Amino acid sequence: MSPRAAKSFPSPYSLKTPKGAEGWQELYPYYLVFQDSQRKEEEAKFWFCDSQHWPNVFKPFEVIGVEFASRCLGAYNTRHYIVPPANGIDFRIHMGYNYFSPVGVAPELIGDRVPHFMERAGHYFQNWGDLLENWKKKVLKNIEEIDAINFEALPDMVPLEDIKSGKGMDPSVQMFEDYDRLISLVYRNWEHHFEFLNLGYVAYLDFFGFCKEAFPGIPDLAIAKMVMGVDSVLFRPDDELKNLADLAVKLGLTAQFAGHINAEKTLAAIAAAPKGAEWLKAFEDAKDPWFNYTVGNGFYGTDVYWRDNLDLPVGYIADYVERAAKGEQLHRPKDALIVERDRIAGEYAEALSGEAMETFQGKLGLARAVYPYVEDHNFYIEHWTMGVFWRKVRQLGQLLADQGFWANAEDILYIDRNRVREVMFDYANAWAVGTEPIGPKYWPAEIARRAKIVNALAQNRPAPAFNEPPAEISEPFTVMLWGITTDQVQQWLGADSGNKNELKGMAASGGVAEGKARVIFSPDQLGELEQGEILVAPVTAPSWGPVFGKISATVTDIGGMMSHAAIVCREYGLPAVTGTGNASTTIKTGMTLRVDGTNGTVEIIKK
Amino acid sequence: MSLYSFPFDSTETPEHDRLGGKCTSLVIMTNAGMPVPPGFAVTTDAFDAVMNDTKLHDQIAAHLKGLDYNNPAELDRQAALIRELILTQEVPEAVRLEVVAAYNRLMEICGGEVPVAVRSSATAEDLPDASFAGQQDTYLWIIGEHNVMQKVRECWASLYTARAISYREANNIPSEGLSIAVAVQKMVNSRSSGVAMTIDPTTGDRTKIVIDSSWGLGEMVVSGEVTPDNYVVDKVMLSVVRRIVSDKHEELVPNGRGGIVRREVEEERRNSPSLSEEEIVSVAKLAKAADKHYGCVQDVEWAIDADLPDGANVLLLQSRPETVWSQKETPVANLSGGAGIEAITRSLLASIEKNKK
Repeated sequence: MSPRAAKSFPSPYSLKTPKGAEGWQELYPYYLVFQDSQRKEEEAKFWFCDSQHWPNVFKPFEVIGVEFASRCLGAYNTRHYIVPPANGIDFRIHMGYNYFSPVGVAPELIGDRVPHFMERAGHYFQNWGDLLENWKKKVLKNIEEIDAINFEALPDMVPLEDIKSGKGMDPSVQMFEDYDRLISLVYRNWEHHFEFLNLGYVAYLDFFGFCKEAFPGIPDLAIAKMVMGVDSVLFRPDDELKNLADLAVKLGLTAQFAGHINAEKTLAAIAAAPKGAEWLKAFEDAKDPWFNYTVGNGFYGTDVYWRDNLDLPVGYIADYVERAAKGEQLHRPKDALIVERDRIAGEYAEALSGEAMETFQGKLGLARAVYPYVEDHNFYIEHWTMGVFWRKVRQLGQLLADQGFWANAEDILYIDRNRVREVMFDYANAWAVGTEPIGPKYWPAEIARRAKIVNALAQNRPAPAFNEPPAEISEPFTVMLWGITTDQVQQWLGADSGNKNELKGMAASGGVAEGKARVIFSPDQLGELEQGEILVAPVTAPSWGPVFGKISATVTDIGGMMSHAAIVCREYGLPAVTGTGNASTTIKTGMTLRVDGTNGTVEIIKK
Repeated sequence: MSLYSFPFDSTETPEHDRLGGKCTSLVIMTNAGMPVPPGFAVTTDAFDAVMNDTKLHDQIAAHLKGLDYNNPAELDRQAALIRELILTQEVPEAVRLEVVAAYNRLMEICGGEVPVAVRSSATAEDLPDASFAGQQDTYLWIIGEHNVMQKVRECWASLYTARAISYREANNIPSEGLSIAVAVQKMVNSRSSGVAMTIDPTTGDRTKIVIDSSWGLGEMVVSGEVTPDNYVVDKVMLSVVRRIVSDKHEELVPNGRGGIVRREVEEERRNSPSLSEEEIVSVAKLAKAADKHYGCVQDVEWAIDADLPDGANVLLLQSRPETVWSQKETPVANLSGGAGIEAITRSLLASIEKNKK
């Protein structure tokens, strides 16, 4: 046994519940908490915390995201494509945070899976373009259907025309069907989310593995750069804001943005300005779909979407206008990125000859063909689908708030999706019977109790992992997506007792930058960032895009080469070190840092 | 643009007729990202001015007229007389001022007065062979403008050794239009030095640069008398992928007078990296530039010069084709098989096999 494995993370069963959070287990489904009856089995597995996608404590309704996403990821490995060595990734919620444990395939079963995988995955690789075209249609149709759903209060009387037409059903039927459809449609889009993603990673990893073999020690960053796209849909929303800023400068609207306070005032000033109408039309055109974009990551019901809070995009535009007026070039250096990408691929190819070179080119070609999906899907699902979805959930929350069940639309998030249906039945039932629903007397106190638990849980940062880690972490998805490597785990365990002023992580985007740190724990704090500062955060979302034009580097606690921060920084040409484990708690705002994105180190130069 | 001097880092096109072979190649290397020790050429225009703006040309012609080439004693005597004329001829003011200005600029770059090497740089087959020119007329550890000017004259005079004169006669090379340039170049003051190979000799991987580095002059690295630090740099990304810092117990350093001393490395430096992060990358860049310039795997000798400022202190001393490792075929056993689903499946399974080991 490796001497490294001597150290171990705590068992989830040994952790003390934070004061005030007693009974937290009841907020989550029974199959997602570590049950006492399963202790032996659960402690035999290694679990790591995914604070990349779920940095904050779940409210009961928000479990829908981790359930649908993780389940569907698993289904594609295990049941759709029969990926020979990998099943899904098991997940649990512990004290409000999400933990993952990859599930392998028994060695003796791998062989039987091969022909199925080749037939099924082979079909997708061969027909990638057509299938992806169809994917987009399916996903957009589902979004459209979600968008058409409308939760309205039940009328005092069943409409007369329903009586006369002999409909024989009251509007609660439609309300329940709408709710079931809302859940079902979002489930569908999470299925589609993984239809191409796992295969995209498989092709990427194939190229990745080849490069590691052909060029031992090749930096991960080099491989990512060879494959990266430069025209991802994911960057389109930010590009739209830049275009709007350029247009404002062109139309002479700089003054209207000058003392920007909020969207309402700025937009009114523009409406009153000559040529203001032309700009407002462009603004309206950009809104749908590009403002279905969140500063969060789509997994939280409180994630704020641009479309729902115009202060965000208009504020970003005001920033851009100020910079554009100074003659600054706002747009990403796309041409330079392509030149650099082709230089890198060209130089590695040159080092090979014959069949090896042809194989390199073939695998690179496939990786490049499938890779755009890995970036693009994020806009369609996490941003657009989830943006529309959460808007509908809040609408239902507001409807029930109006009926006295609770105070605010967002209170609905304290109830899991299945019990929400019960609450709706309580409402529809009392409406039908002609009595008062029970909920308004039950839920306010219960929601207050639950909120107290969630807040108590949120005072604790999650433990990075549970139980004994494997001697080597090699499961490719774990390494690629979450940046969880053998070294990283050892660092969490405190085995690395090196320089206290140096943090190590993934060399996710090359270059070196020095500057003042700004530690950001939530998107609300983004406004604090000043020009040239280094963004330090537990995790970033791609939709923080506009701030990437302002900062000089990024450091995150969690995230691999394919994490959002890594992808965005490469596109913006900024140094990034991801997966440091504890940068956001070790580094304080105002410290001077030296971020080396080429070697994956962050040095605290001045405290 | 100066007529009589030409710095090695000039971006002007080096003309072989004005700079001679050696200086032309030093300028080309500098421009190609292979910075040689800084310096400048005293151009053939300077030599021509000395010849034509004074009586020297006619005086030399007179000495050569009717010379009996079959009489070695007489040839030697006349050659010596000609050289004496060149060595004592006052250099025209315009030439002198420009050479001194170039010399002063060089000293400024070096942060003070440092020793230089003065070498002749022949333009054509005016001299018997390259080694003749190169070896005979190399003056090392020269300090001060007066001494430098004197060595420049000696290089000029080297056109008129008895052997050179008879060589031209035998090969029908006219003495008319004869000219020579001179290279004035900083003597390297190695703080650290070593070798860099543009291939990983352990794997044959051509996307790596492997650097051996130790304190002082590079001889001890080459001869294996010290265990150098070892760095592996990705040639494409220019990032350090592996570093091993060794115990470097001894170093050779110049004594500033042409000699070399061997000394023990003090405790705190022995186990410190002999190259900073930036310097590793600069050495790798220089080796990559040589690889690209010559179009094949290179074995490069380099040094970090203690006199030069950061960013300009990494120098190329010599680059030659690497012949041992680059002849071997890259191992391709696992590197073939195309890109289809079969290949993907194979590599998925292979990664599992590997992890089991």
